[in-house]
Amino acid sequence: MSAGPQPLLKVEGLKTWFPVRSGVLQRVDRWVRAVDGVDLEIPQGQTLALVGESGCGKTTVGRSILRLEHARAGRVLYKDTDLLALSHAAMRPFRQAMQIVFQDPTSSLDPRMTVRDAIAEGLRSFNIGTNAAERTERVAELMTMVRLDPDHMWRYPHEFSGGQKQRICIARALAVEPKLLICDESVSALDVSIQAQILNLLRELQTKLGLTYLFITHDLGVVGHIADRVAVMYLGQIVETGDVTEIFQAPKHPYTKALLGSVPRLELDRRGLLAAAPGDPPDPANPPAGCRFHTRCLEVFAPCAATAPALIEADGRLCRCHLYDSAINREVGP
Amino acid sequence: MSTPILNVENLTVTFPARGARAPVVDAISLSVAQGEVLALVGESGCGKSMTALAILRLIAKPGRIEPESRIVFEDRDVLGLKVTQMRALRGAGIAMIFQEPMASLNPVQTVGDQVIEALRLHERVGRAAARDRAAAIFERVGIPDPRGRLDAYPHQLSGGLKQRVMIAMMLVVQPRLLIADEPTTALDVTVQAQILALLRELQDELDMSILLITHDFGVVNELSDRVAVMYGGRIAEEGTRAEVLGAPRHPYTQGLLRSIPSLAHRGGELEEITGTVPSLGTWPAGCRFATRCPKVFEPCNEQVPQTVGVSETHNAACHDVARNQPS
Repeated sequence: MSAGPQPLLKVEGLKTWFPVRSGVLQRVDRWVRAVDGVDLEIPQGQTLALVGESGCGKTTVGRSILRLEHARAGRVLYKDTDLLALSHAAMRPFRQAMQIVFQDPTSSLDPRMTVRDAIAEGLRSFNIGTNAAERTERVAELMTMVRLDPDHMWRYPHEFSGGQKQRICIARALAVEPKLLICDESVSALDVSIQAQILNLLRELQTKLGLTYLFITHDLGVVGHIADRVAVMYLGQIVETGDVTEIFQAPKHPYTKALLGSVPRLELDRRGLLAAAPGDPPDPANPPAGCRFHTRCLEVFAPCAATAPALIEADGRLCRCHLYDSAINREVGP
Repeated sequence: MSTPILNVENLTVTFPARGARAPVVDAISLSVAQGEVLALVGESGCGKSMTALAILRLIAKPGRIEPESRIVFEDRDVLGLKVTQMRALRGAGIAMIFQEPMASLNPVQTVGDQVIEALRLHERVGRAAARDRAAAIFERVGIPDPRGRLDAYPHQLSGGLKQRVMIAMMLVVQPRLLIADEPTTALDVTVQAQILALLRELQDELDMSILLITHDFGVVNELSDRVAVMYGGRIAEEGTRAEVLGAPRHPYTQGLLRSIPSLAHRGGELEEITGTVPSLGTWPAGCRFATRCPKVFEPCNEQVPQTVGVSETHNAACHDVARNQPS
């Protein structure tokens, strides 16, 4: 990958598999390879968007980084520390450094907890602030920062709208002063006018606090707007990664092309041109042999069904496709 | 414009809220011409789905369609129909597909049986012939291995295939008007593109009229001929696709279109619409968008804006448009 600022987070060969059990004895009969060898790198202060369709494993990557899922192989380097090798106790300071905001703010907030207590929970847990009054003051600061009225801190979540609840979740995540914020579909459930408010807020906070973002989303418009770099995932693997502008202008991997070509645009003279990948994504428990995308690929040729392509460098980005592998002798072109 | 197949006038749907009956849909009028795709677009709670349900008389209590409402479908007064006549109209006359196909399919019956049932409900055909027809329709909507899939249960199919089954059921009865309520919202983007292409193809082939309910302006651009934008139970702006998407006049439409993050436009601030939609029963007295509108001025808070014609096909309900419009 291109040499930029020192990466804050580096993921190498991450594998997270889920067992599928069956029978009376509940024996493991196969594995869903939700994440199957993922490499990522996020430079300090930048935003990496991880995109893909449902079931591609993007959420599992985020959860594995935070060790909310147990990865079976690979390394997650926060600066120079491999998080996967740490004991639970040693992991604790890193939990303060990395926070997550989920898709549905309603289910991530305890309905019986006031907003003040929800935001202050992390402060207490990490012993920030010496007493309750000090923490209340900090909560007021945080609420102002996410543009909520601090006078409302004694209210309960149901008294807020969806957009406001997401602001509460952001304030709660930022309370412990994290360096890395993982946003897992954080704006997907919001109406577009509210989504714009939250996206602007996240950008503003990034500049103000020097945050690094891992933005997990299926919405390519959001990616185009907020991310510096993008990693496209398909069935547990990264298929293309690099600079957002470059990839959006000239996608290389046929899946990236299909994804970008499938988004209905707003340009009046551009309709009826949607180019999608045919068929449905295969079952991640039973991915196709060879290239995992070859069953839906419009540019499929001889080696695709047999040999799994590696992630190779192509014009300053990484791409997992035989089309760009000069070692593969292309006998049948697309 | 050819004669409308559907004409809705003064449609008002109320729900009880804060001790009174609050209009979720407030005296809206719209029409769909033969072979036309009208998109009804807006954010959650704007009343777009309620409008669709009202047209099929599927508003559940405590909701109520108010007596001054008029819905005319092919010269028939829908609100005056008997229950049995209404049942005949649903399906053959007006069919509806929903966002979540799983919720509309029976989980314990094979999809083939469900399609055959729909077929035999509407015409007299033998079981074997119906099965052949069903397989042919499955093939038409792009279901691979159509004969085999007749025996599949809904849970065995992907989201895209389930939506294709729903479209197949709709095709069985060949409705004159299709109401499609967020038909692709639950689908992944590559599958959405396939379903949009299929809907467009079928609409062309059958010269079907479609009332498309959606929140996604990309989908609107892809399928619609005309667009009506709803806010707070009222129609804020209406016009051809080019007029509404290309030269919107209502501040709400303008704000919405500018707040959409796009692939092409990178970085910078997205335009926001400040505040949130007021909840039911707490609407402002005048224009319902007044509390969030950047162009708000004196009359907006008190007077309900009248619909102003911008062109023969384009109008907006806005005091600001009215004052800037040469009369």
